[in-house]
Amino acid sequence: MISSGIVTVSYIAATVLFILALGGLSNQETARRGNWYGIAGMTIALLATIFGVVTRNYELLLGALVIGGSIGILLARRVQMTQMPELVAILHSLVGLAAVAVGFANFMDPTVHHTGVEKTIHDIETYLGILIGAVTFSGSVIAFGKLSGRIGGKPLTLPGRHLFNLGLLIASIWFGYQFVQQSAGGAGLDPLIFMTVIALVFGIHMVMAIGGADMPVVVSMLNSYSGWAASATGFMLENDLLIVTGALVGSSGAILSYIMCRAMNRKFLSVIAGGFGTGGGSAATSGDGEEQGEVVPIEAEETAAMLAGAKEVMIIPGYGMAVAQAQHTVFEITKALRTKGVNVRFGIHPVAGRMPGHMNVLLAEAKVPYDIVFEMDEINDDFPDVDVSVVIGANDIVNPSALEVPDSPIAGMPVLECWKGDTTIVLKRSMATGYAGVQNPLFFKDNTRMLFGDAKETLDAVLKAL
Amino acid sequence: MRIGVPREIHAGERRVATTPDVATQLMKLGFDVSIEKGAGVESSYSDAAYTEVGCDVVATSEELWASADIILKVRAPETVEAVLLDDSKTLISFIWPAQNPELLKQLTGSGATVMAMDSVPRISRAQKMDALSSMANIGGYRAVVEAAQHFGRFFTGQITAAGKVPPAKVLVIGAGVAGLAAIGAAKSMGAIVRSFDTRPEVKEQVESMDAEFLMLEFEDEDGSGEGGYAKTMSAEFIEAEMALFAEQAKEVDIIITTALIPGKPAPRLITARMVESMKDGSVIVDLAAEQGGNCELTEKDQVVVRNGVSIIGYTDLPSRLAAQASQLYGTNLRHLLTELSPEKNGEIDVNFDDEVIRGVTVCKGGETTWPPPAPKLSAAPAKAPEPAPAPAEVTETKKSAAGPVIATLAAGLALLGLGAVAPESFMAHFTVFVLACFVGYMVIWNVTPALHTPLMSVTNAISSIIIIGALLQISSTSNIIMWIAAFTVLLTSINIAGGFAVTRRMLEMFRK
Repeated sequence: MISSGIVTVSYIAATVLFILALGGLSNQETARRGNWYGIAGMTIALLATIFGVVTRNYELLLGALVIGGSIGILLARRVQMTQMPELVAILHSLVGLAAVAVGFANFMDPTVHHTGVEKTIHDIETYLGILIGAVTFSGSVIAFGKLSGRIGGKPLTLPGRHLFNLGLLIASIWFGYQFVQQSAGGAGLDPLIFMTVIALVFGIHMVMAIGGADMPVVVSMLNSYSGWAASATGFMLENDLLIVTGALVGSSGAILSYIMCRAMNRKFLSVIAGGFGTGGGSAATSGDGEEQGEVVPIEAEETAAMLAGAKEVMIIPGYGMAVAQAQHTVFEITKALRTKGVNVRFGIHPVAGRMPGHMNVLLAEAKVPYDIVFEMDEINDDFPDVDVSVVIGANDIVNPSALEVPDSPIAGMPVLECWKGDTTIVLKRSMATGYAGVQNPLFFKDNTRMLFGDAKETLDAVLKAL
Repeated sequence: MRIGVPREIHAGERRVATTPDVATQLMKLGFDVSIEKGAGVESSYSDAAYTEVGCDVVATSEELWASADIILKVRAPETVEAVLLDDSKTLISFIWPAQNPELLKQLTGSGATVMAMDSVPRISRAQKMDALSSMANIGGYRAVVEAAQHFGRFFTGQITAAGKVPPAKVLVIGAGVAGLAAIGAAKSMGAIVRSFDTRPEVKEQVESMDAEFLMLEFEDEDGSGEGGYAKTMSAEFIEAEMALFAEQAKEVDIIITTALIPGKPAPRLITARMVESMKDGSVIVDLAAEQGGNCELTEKDQVVVRNGVSIIGYTDLPSRLAAQASQLYGTNLRHLLTELSPEKNGEIDVNFDDEVIRGVTVCKGGETTWPPPAPKLSAAPAKAPEPAPAPAEVTETKKSAAGPVIATLAAGLALLGLGAVAPESFMAHFTVFVLACFVGYMVIWNVTPALHTPLMSVTNAISSIIIIGALLQISSTSNIIMWIAAFTVLLTSINIAGGFAVTRRMLEMFRK
């Protein structure tokens, strides 16, 4: 047994290490070290708790740790980089479920005694911890289902869904009041269970209503929730390490959600309210669909010739590249072009893909050096000098109507202005619209060429021609 | 169409209107190029060099003028040349129509289309055809070289075993293209360079070249005239300016004057008395000698020594750097021909809707078309009316300020309410919570967007710190709590191991 002072000191060390872990992610060189800081912090916190607090049932503890750890490592090994969003979502659900379990166990623990205001506050903390945990859990499970394609990407828009949400909110507040009242008399399990069910329903309904294009926001929002759940649990257990770590994670997720919303020029509330994004390809909905003009198709050989003849090439990947698993071919093409002296760069829109930073991870997996991968803000002014832009499976993030058509659903969203370059080649399966359901005038511009087909197959053909 | 390039017959002129490089480009535009025998010799381009790129070398100038459709020249045509023109021909050269009304009349009479390279409008698009600028640039550079030749000292300061050498002080009057070129050349030779100009907008350009800009403290007089050139200043201004020059003349070693106002005799800036006050061995280079000179004692095309001061009045400085000047001038001509021949088919189209083409054409089909409608563009915009938009901005900030104020007030009230009822132990945790949120905020904004996915997986791993809660409970004597806790440990350890491992896997992939 080690003293409680040592435990506290260990917790402080863990806190600092967690902050360093997040700080390390400010650039690629320090990120790996940052991850080790995080591992070290977690190990210190675990050891201190195991040796300082736990008094019995070590076998059970160890067993759970080993089994859980093995499953975790197995998952991490097995997962494909394109499935990263699903993995992150399902892991979030575990944190949510854990928060619920800890909350219930804490409530049922007869050794926890509080009186007066402290009792009320403690009850509210327990209640909130479970509430947030339950929303995180069910929301993440649904997000996982949507991301892995087990549930359709189409938003579920029930009639009166805002009223429904409001009703759920009021009900959970009422049960909260009931819970605090009954808990003072030693009871209260019933309202707690009712609330948990309501929270689960709310989580499911919330994510069901959100369309495919808003998935990055959802994933980062759930990330944030899992942090707040941990933080609320920390309040309940009066444990500063949990509070701090939860707050760090919570603000991280909140900032990510904010960045994602800003990148789509959408209000956070309207994303949560849902109903945006169609999930599948649908016909053009904009009124002037007829007057769009002609598209100019192009063949793979021609594409290869244009790429080889260019000096500046910009590749703009989107979710389509992830779906087709084309990142390796893309890098092969990049290598081939770079040996010919073509300056190939990648332009990444913040919401490309299904998760913040999704494209960066895929390109990194394909061994694309990160110093040729640029953020939208870094390269958007360079497009006039670009000879050929290659858009791979992206649509809304290169849609000029975001800037040109004030009443477009995506108006005001920052986009990669590839049409300012000499030529844009768009790889696409068909002429279907993107998630926003908006027709893309880029495809009809004079300097745009369409290369139809599966991204991987067409890119393989381009690579062969090179 | 055939382009003909005659040998320049003006005495002392060494330039030629086309170099072999430029000729190659012209042929790409679809033109045939003939050149008079020996035209490029003075500027170090042999006839063989022209033949090599595919030009025809023509023996006599009469033959050349007769066979060519477009004549490219440097100097304005002499009378003997002008008579060779007829209405089928186009002549492109310097003309100086304002100074040579007789010549203009004669050219108009011939019926030929004549384009004056000195009349290229000063607009951004026409910069590549601006022969005056390219010649002025050469003139400025050459002025420093001439000054160095007549100046008996180093330009740069040195401390040697044989004693200390002070750097030369150079005053450049007029910071136009020539002035700036002179500043650059003198500066790179190590001199201390000062410059004066009546147009305050060039101050920045002068300072960008590391020279000192002499300012006249004078009420609100802007010397910027039409088309980026200087204009004549008021009497008071000139007086103040002269006082400044008189003072500078005593101090500096070299004065380079480049003050010209279009179409007017050059202003007298350096008086005989100022020259007298200069140190022996000083040098004045007067780039305005052609128009009478900025210095009272300048003699056109001569170097004179007055009171120990060498005064250089060469008017052919670009021609003294003939190879360079020919190349730049030829390129200017080529750009003009590119504009004239948009189809690149070797035919020219004198399109008066084009501002540049309209501007350079001084006569066409027997009619004088000079001067063209004035261009309205200054190098720097005039002082914009600034005060107007200010009030609108004020109201806007007021509106947007209200939201945050209300939010802050609400948050403050909520905190007060919380503080009033909550016990101390809670507030301690709350403090930690709020601070942690801020730390998180600061740290996360620094995360590079490329690492957002690893950020999510690592935050996911560390949010599993909730395992501590389960560990606190696992030793409970209650079986149900124990099993719930064990289940939670299982869940969270999946998360811890999975989160860190997958983060590591991703970060390993980020390679330069």
